[in-house]
Amino acid sequence: MSSRRTRITEEEMNELISKLQNLLPESRRRNTSRASAAKVLKETCNYIKSLHREVDGLSDRLSELINTMDNDSAQAEIIRGLLRS
Amino acid sequence: MHFNKCSEATRNPNPTPDLNPNLNVSKTMQAAYFLRAFTVINSASPTSSTMQRRRSIRRAAYASMARAAGNRRAWSRAVLRRLHRGVCLSSSARRVVIRRRIRVSRPREPGQADVLRSLVPGGKAMDFCNLLEETATYIQCLSAQVRRGRKDIRWVYYPG
Repeated sequence: MSSRRTRITEEEMNELISKLQNLLPESRRRNTSRASAAKVLKETCNYIKSLHREVDGLSDRLSELINTMDNDSAQAEIIRGLLRS
Repeated sequence: MHFNKCSEATRNPNPTPDLNPNLNVSKTMQAAYFLRAFTVINSASPTSSTMQRRRSIRRAAYASMARAAGNRRAWSRAVLRRLHRGVCLSSSARRVVIRRRIRVSRPREPGQADVLRSLVPGGKAMDFCNLLEETATYIQCLSAQVRRGRKDIRWVYYPG
């Protein structure tokens, strides 16, 4: 079956979980002791979902703005300049 | 100029020799994204719906994110594959794809591992250890994409 690598040690697993925990937004607010793997995974999933919502929301906002952008505006000219270079 | 945060997150011991570290990757990516968005908007036929245009711009966001990470990560390769197949990338619109599934036994994994696999592109094919590593860089790149998006919007109001 499976892996190219040998069975991963519990220590390696804890390190990866810890690394994920440090990426979560709550970890910056307080000094959290190490949470359980299950908790970190759950928070990670929620965090990814909220990031997806943010990326999509920003894209929608940007497309609205570009849609209503005046062709004579400074921004339009800059974008045209970017496309030329 | 600042370095593209995605590149930093995916740094590996054997960087591609043709990637000039002094190149302003972020500005290029930003320009490419704008190019795509602008082209979509300006070339849209009158019959293309607002929804279709919005979807195209969302695709552009994930595409530019994946291209910034390049072929170095499994999740970015998965995103680029989906792009070429024309699959919808937006997380809010789901397409049901019927395909044969190979059931792989997953011993000793926490329950949420399956949810995580469905969130990270290409996650279903990874073993748990790779999944955790890919998740870390995926999160870093998503965060960078959010920051870029906010910057782009600010730029529309305050160019220069």
